[in-house]
Amino acid sequence: MTRIYSLAILIAAWAVTAALVQSRLLPGPLTVGTTILAEVRSGELPFHMACTLGRVISSFAIAMTLGIIAGYVMGRSKTADRYADPWLVVLINMPALVTIIFAYVWIGLNEAAAILAVAVNKLPNVVVIMREGARALDPELDEMAKAFKFTRLTRARHVILPQFAPYLAACSRSGLSIVWKIVLVVELIGRPNGVGFVLGSAFSLFDMAQILSYAISFIVLMLVIEGYLVQPLERRANRWRRRPA
Amino acid sequence: MRTAGDAAPLELCIDSKAYLAADGTPVEVVRGLKLRLEAGAFGALIGPSGCGKTTILKIAAGIDPDFRGDIRTPGAGRLGIVFQEPRLLPWRTVEQNIRLALPAEDTTTDLTELVEVLGLSSHLARYPGELSLGLARRAAIARAFAMQPDFLLLDEPFVSLDETIAARLRDELLALTKRTRVTTLFVTHDLEEAIQLSDRLFFLSDRPTHIIFEKALLLPRGTRNKEVIASISEEMRALVAQAATGAGQS
Repeated sequence: MTRIYSLAILIAAWAVTAALVQSRLLPGPLTVGTTILAEVRSGELPFHMACTLGRVISSFAIAMTLGIIAGYVMGRSKTADRYADPWLVVLINMPALVTIIFAYVWIGLNEAAAILAVAVNKLPNVVVIMREGARALDPELDEMAKAFKFTRLTRARHVILPQFAPYLAACSRSGLSIVWKIVLVVELIGRPNGVGFVLGSAFSLFDMAQILSYAISFIVLMLVIEGYLVQPLERRANRWRRRPA
Repeated sequence: MRTAGDAAPLELCIDSKAYLAADGTPVEVVRGLKLRLEAGAFGALIGPSGCGKTTILKIAAGIDPDFRGDIRTPGAGRLGIVFQEPRLLPWRTVEQNIRLALPAEDTTTDLTELVEVLGLSSHLARYPGELSLGLARRAAIARAFAMQPDFLLLDEPFVSLDETIAARLRDELLALTKRTRVTTLFVTHDLEEAIQLSDRLFFLSDRPTHIIFEKALLLPRGTRNKEVIASISEEMRALVAQAATGAGQS
């Protein structure tokens, strides 16, 4: 409930400011609302959102898969960690924009380059978190699994994955927001569709209503994903923990 | 780990086992340990705390391949193990914990009887975090027996339990091992407990550990009452003291 009040106050403040300023550069909530409706009716908004969402999902999936593998190996093997750590430091400190430019220049202005550039930006963050996860794996459970001759699959699914759950939740949380922000940049620079592309053209026209309507729509979409996908999954993974009394 | 036919004895021959301490110096835990236990027998390793009993058990379990020596385990490699801490997966229910340890070919085994004997019937759907230590230990014992092991290792499974519960669990363990005739190696520092449960006692020295002497108990397991156990343990204590003073001549 408090959340709803808090949001309502934010929107009210926005409406009041817009009414006072009376400028084309700060459209009020009503103007933005009608723009959203018009864009939805024309099919433009769903199309561009779908393009962006597709890129978010693909690059997120790639970054998570590679990051989990690399993080696991680095957390388990000191040698691997020593060799790969400098690469990780380079990758972490590489500005997102540089990765994007490299990807477009070397691979070309296409979908693969766009998705890869975003995935590479997200990757080091996943590796760092999952490496901590792998370092924290319980050696006693490891011995137990070994003594009872658990198969690889059983071990991964029942011993390792549940221990990774909090780390996976941390990566997904921070990951989804990072990824969608970088996807917009990628689209702005080199894609003919998606929310980032629309924002770019709206910027050149100073069309603030359009910019706000797309930004707000996408934020709402991400909140829905967080609330209806990430949180329920997390609750499921944590159901064995005793409720704090 | 090598495994032999069904009636093969357990043979542990650890020439040396060392590990690196935190400061990098090697610490020798076991030296020149030889142990042989007939198929179907119940052996107890008895020794002071920190003498390397758990290390020996891990080597026997094949978890720790980093040692010099040779081991032969009985049976076809169906190993059941009960660790000092229950080591259950906290995110799986008691029943899932037991079933996960079953070999792939018999995941549908009927657990009813075993679970009943151990008093776990009403706890199968609970998570280990909701169990008392006594119940968690029972779950760990159930997990080791569910697969019908032909080799069983137990690492002080009854420490830090209150005595009445420990006594009941000992009786249950005795009944289960008598019925299944599984070759069992049991680690403990409690002499009375060892005498109550075992066919053969192995007394261990301090580090680096070896066997000071061993003793076969003639009276069948489970028929020894309190007085018998007390008199045997007195006799054993005298022997251990003697062996300790006349070190090397045993």
